[in-house]
Amino acid sequence: MEKELLFITVIGQDKKGIVARISNLLYECNVNIEDISQGIMEGYFIMTMAVDMREANRDLEAIGSALQALGKDMGMTIQIQHQNVFKMMHRI
Amino acid sequence: MRFDVEEVFETASMTLHQNLDIRTTTLGVNLKDCIDSDFAAFEEKVYSKVNGHAQELIAGARPLEIKYGIPIVNKRIAVTPVSLIMETHCTPEKYVSMARTLDRAARDAGIDFVGGFGALVQKGLTRSDAVLVEALPSVLAATERVCAFLNVGSTHAGLNLDAVNLLGTMLKETARRTPNASGCARFVVFVNAPEDNPFMAGAYHGVGEPDVTLNIGISGPGVVRSVVEKNRDCDLTQLSEIIKRTVFKITRAGELVGRELARNLGVPFGIVDISLASTTAPGDSVAKVVEAFGIERIGAHGSTLAIALLMDAVKKGGAMASGNVGGLSGTFIPVSEDAGMIEAVMQGALSLDKLEALTAVCSVGLDMFAIPGDTPEETIAAIIADELAIGIINDKTTAVRIIPVPGKVAGEIVEFGGLLGAAPVMRVNPFSSGAFMRRGGRLPSTVTSLRN
Repeated sequence: MEKELLFITVIGQDKKGIVARISNLLYECNVNIEDISQGIMEGYFIMTMAVDMREANRDLEAIGSALQALGKDMGMTIQIQHQNVFKMMHRI
Repeated sequence: MRFDVEEVFETASMTLHQNLDIRTTTLGVNLKDCIDSDFAAFEEKVYSKVNGHAQELIAGARPLEIKYGIPIVNKRIAVTPVSLIMETHCTPEKYVSMARTLDRAARDAGIDFVGGFGALVQKGLTRSDAVLVEALPSVLAATERVCAFLNVGSTHAGLNLDAVNLLGTMLKETARRTPNASGCARFVVFVNAPEDNPFMAGAYHGVGEPDVTLNIGISGPGVVRSVVEKNRDCDLTQLSEIIKRTVFKITRAGELVGRELARNLGVPFGIVDISLASTTAPGDSVAKVVEAFGIERIGAHGSTLAIALLMDAVKKGGAMASGNVGGLSGTFIPVSEDAGMIEAVMQGALSLDKLEALTAVCSVGLDMFAIPGDTPEETIAAIIADELAIGIINDKTTAVRIIPVPGKVAGEIVEFGGLLGAAPVMRVNPFSSGAFMRRGGRLPSTVTSLRN
């Protein structure tokens, strides 16, 4: 089965435990983290995670909602989007 | 495939901070196969076809919103011009009944607008077309979701002034019979109307289209404004370049969602309309893009050049991004639906005359503006005719959505609520062109149409 790659974007103030809490949630959902990058842009702390959803034990809507709730709890914005949208926008 | 943090952040920011959305997914539905000599059976077939497709569209859109994180704001249906399918049932009562059927089909499925209640009359009216125009005030008063249109001219056919002259009376009657004249917001008069426009109120499913087709309208004035604001010092060539690159990206997202939705619905993918369309949400304003160029308020001298630059860059970026660009693909500057436009009118920066000038370089037409309720019918027709002349001579679509508000005078504001926003009542030139308009007839097809 081919990888089902999505990108999680985390935006907000840097703080302890961001990677730990998101990783923990993804582990519970049986989602594999392929890559993590981070940086500071326009004054925001940005972290992006490429994740493989192919063996996920919940559907995307449930995982998206769980991530959003976690983001709210941490005072950060978390968004998950399928990699196709990045391919279309940034690669010709 | 790897993406930089910058690339992922740029895309995520578009939806999270800059209101990027798919403004509309509009399913064009052919109703010619519903025609039946038994009117009750005819209406039943129309209801089933429209309602069935509308339900599928709504169910199909949600998973894609989740998958790509891009909201699909509106789901709509556009049908075959209704005057065509009503030729053998053309009484005002049956027109109103058919409108109620379409309204019900849309409402029951959760669709906010169904377009196509109109006619193509560029060279003249059939009996069915004439009855439709006569019935329009009742149709718009009896429904909430039905959108109506007339195409009264084209570069090849000229302008049917007799049809335009019917509209002053029709619009004033509609204004009188609907709350805050809001029925007029669901009627658009066109020249060179495209058959695949996904945007309401003027969407219809053209006779050259397949049985069902999906057209989508992207948007993103907030995204364009954001990049313009980050590039305050660049010259016009560079400004055009950065807008072009940004619109390329937004259009690609639209193309992705449109194609996948069409595939999931099992219908052909029609077109991507690359129009920048504003809403009243903060920051989602085309006027504010122009103001970010360095113009104090839209309507100031220089605004026509600014809109021309914006439009050209939007088209270049969009055309590179999608092989299916169609519809209107302009830049909408509706007064009531754009906070920056409302502000400009209220402050005296933008007049009706300047608005007309802006539409000459690209945007689709005079849209969603209110005028005093006591404006003479002939003046309403003349405002429409002026705008449509611009389209005919320049071989482009132009349209008018005008709202004469009973009891209101210039400077007052009328609230429509929801998507339709609020409109300041604009001053109309008080001098008469009645004698000219009463000449009637048809502006002959212009020399620009002689290309064979």
